[in-house]
Amino acid sequence: MALTFKGGTHPHGNKHFTQGKAIQVLPPPELIAIPLSQHIGAPGKALVKKGDTVKKGQVLSESQGFVSIPVHSSVSGKVKDIKPWPHFLGSTSETILIENDGEDSPAEQITHPDWSALSPDDIRRIAREAGLAGMGGAAFPTVVKLSPPAGKIIDTVILNGAECEPYLTADHRLMLEYPDDIIEGIKMILFTLGVKRALIGIEKNKPDAIKLLTEKTANINEIKVVGVKVKYPQGAEKQLIDAITGRKVPSGGLPFDIGCYVQNVGTAKSLYDAVVKGIPLIERVVTVTGKTLRNPQNFLVRIGTPIKHLIEACDGTTEPIGKIIMGGPMMGIAQSSDEVPVVKGTSGILVFSRKEADLPQEKPCISCAHCVDVCPIKLLPSTLASLIENARFEEAEEYRLFDCMECGSCTFVCPSKRRILHYIKWGKDEVIKSRKKK
Amino acid sequence: MADNKLAVAVSPHVREDISIRKIMFGVLLALLPALAGSVYFYGIKALWLSLIGVASALAAEAIFQLIRGVHIDVTDGSAAITGLLLAFNLPPDVPYWMPVIGAFVGIMIGKQLFGGLGRNILNPALVGRAFLMASWPVDMTTKWIVPRFGTLSGIDTVTSATPLNVFKSMQSVIANPEATAVELGNAQQTLQQLGSNWSNMFFGNIGGCLGETSAVLLLIGGIYLLIKNYADWRIPLSYIGSVALLSWAFMGSNGLFSGAVPFHIFSGGLMLGAFFMATDMVTTPITPRGRWIFGIGCGIFTFVIRKWGGYPEGVSYSILLMNIAAPLIDRYTKPRVLGYHKKPKEEKKAE
Repeated sequence: MALTFKGGTHPHGNKHFTQGKAIQVLPPPELIAIPLSQHIGAPGKALVKKGDTVKKGQVLSESQGFVSIPVHSSVSGKVKDIKPWPHFLGSTSETILIENDGEDSPAEQITHPDWSALSPDDIRRIAREAGLAGMGGAAFPTVVKLSPPAGKIIDTVILNGAECEPYLTADHRLMLEYPDDIIEGIKMILFTLGVKRALIGIEKNKPDAIKLLTEKTANINEIKVVGVKVKYPQGAEKQLIDAITGRKVPSGGLPFDIGCYVQNVGTAKSLYDAVVKGIPLIERVVTVTGKTLRNPQNFLVRIGTPIKHLIEACDGTTEPIGKIIMGGPMMGIAQSSDEVPVVKGTSGILVFSRKEADLPQEKPCISCAHCVDVCPIKLLPSTLASLIENARFEEAEEYRLFDCMECGSCTFVCPSKRRILHYIKWGKDEVIKSRKKK
Repeated sequence: MADNKLAVAVSPHVREDISIRKIMFGVLLALLPALAGSVYFYGIKALWLSLIGVASALAAEAIFQLIRGVHIDVTDGSAAITGLLLAFNLPPDVPYWMPVIGAFVGIMIGKQLFGGLGRNILNPALVGRAFLMASWPVDMTTKWIVPRFGTLSGIDTVTSATPLNVFKSMQSVIANPEATAVELGNAQQTLQQLGSNWSNMFFGNIGGCLGETSAVLLLIGGIYLLIKNYADWRIPLSYIGSVALLSWAFMGSNGLFSGAVPFHIFSGGLMLGAFFMATDMVTTPITPRGRWIFGIGCGIFTFVIRKWGGYPEGVSYSILLMNIAAPLIDRYTKPRVLGYHKKPKEEKKAE
């Protein structure tokens, strides 16, 4: 039996649009927009001002606090402005706009072709200075994960190559095209944490990646490749840990509470790039896909490239665009503007036609309990939704509202097309607001 | 491209290809083999009663939606199921007006008064049946039709009653202290025959309500429902399983564990009830443990009514009783949320 977790669902993979397409380098556009806030944690403070000349890879912001990392310029050129700009979380956010001079003249890079002389703290410092963040979507600062609190003993490092979101193939391509970089990055993580075991979890719909990485790690005792069942949300942190180790992260806890450390395969590669090549996180692989795109692609994109350039680079669409989603179709965020730039956590851009963007009509709940069956957290999503719909937020909290990880499986399977996750997010928001009032 | 043309919505942005209509029409499809069997064994009247039941339920749904001032839509298939199930719960020779009244009562009192689809507490078809049973008990318990190739009871020695009726009356003979030795012997022999001649019951060559006649045809439909995930497997399994266990233990005439299990699970409305009425999504618990409890509860009530009740059959009342308990069952069977090993202390205090 394939390794997996309880619950979950099986959306159409739709990975065929891009999974066979090698990563293409997308030339940076004339205008790059780098938001100061790209990750969980405090936004940085700008270190440059309007009119300044910047180099490719130059640090643009100062981190503020522990859970904070700097951003870097992904091109060389001139700071055109620092102003509110469309942001992937909706509305606008303080963003540094850079006019690309097309030269790509690099800032000073400190390389370590042989990193064996470095200490764990050196690697943590490089991870912070290079602005490394989780590439899977949430963009959690890597340095924070690499610095577990004293007393937490980690015995297993899990590399997340599950890529359970439909449509997305960025991690898949990365594993096929940069396996050596990823493996070297994993070694760095093991070294930094002082751990002897790393498991690379890959969904079984990527047999070529499983095969390649298994071959590449055949002579490395510490690293093993594990095929996991194709099921959504197999790539969610807690579900992947459960599938591979059988351990359950306690409610409100983090993986290191049960001795685990989870990192996306893309992050391992960016750690390698930062340490060995001295390149900060200024570019990443983004799957640009959708039925309506003429030529869907996996692009190596500079951070700060507005979405519209990615869509143009796919030769546009055959039908008018109805929806642009940053991320996958299950957890991605619908964008209100195509000026929104790619950020560190952007794994994909999914483009829907108007027809695909149509919301189905909501019908009454018929208590079929399909949502209960698929919930990977074992919540009662339909009950939560109806409590919140009736503004009974405190009762919803008793039904463990805040344990919801927002994977959307409940909403996906609902035959009544109820917007269960919509209600859940709204309920969380209301509860947080009322807590602040107190 | 103008930005205001982009749709924004909370994820997920894709949905499974499933709908209420798809589920309901799946259930209707699953009921068709049993309907065909009914027409085969009892004649064309079974079809007319079914069609009248469905048409009345659709009409009742539309009328009460009109009265309530809500959007009129009877195409989701739920009212059609109510009408068909109601007809399935009638003896095959009742007058044609009975499904009309049953469907109107079921839809009005059982469903629309609570707020329509998804809001009802009781299975509407069973509400209609209970009303007819209380109002016209003679029609509801005597209007049987002898099946095409057999007898009402499925055995040749007794021809005047359905299997469960025969079982009930023989049990009362045995329980009667004034029964003569001959009467007792006959009763024992009849029970023996009933218990061993269950193949007629399995295929449907017996008397009974319109839709409950053929266990095998109901099973075919039921298994289809389970495969398509239109019904939860826990309920039929625990319901039929508990009836089988209790009947085996306590229904035999030779002491404990001598009951004829096939007779008890294939007779009466158990197959129809367990696969098609106890699995009604709206009126059953949503938690996995709750669905086990629901099925077992239905099984216990069915057994109790068959053993000690005034009626020979207890499937519909069992399900109605458990329908009432469903919200309470849900409240006490919340699944343990991932990441909680024990109940946190503050919650214990709250309870």
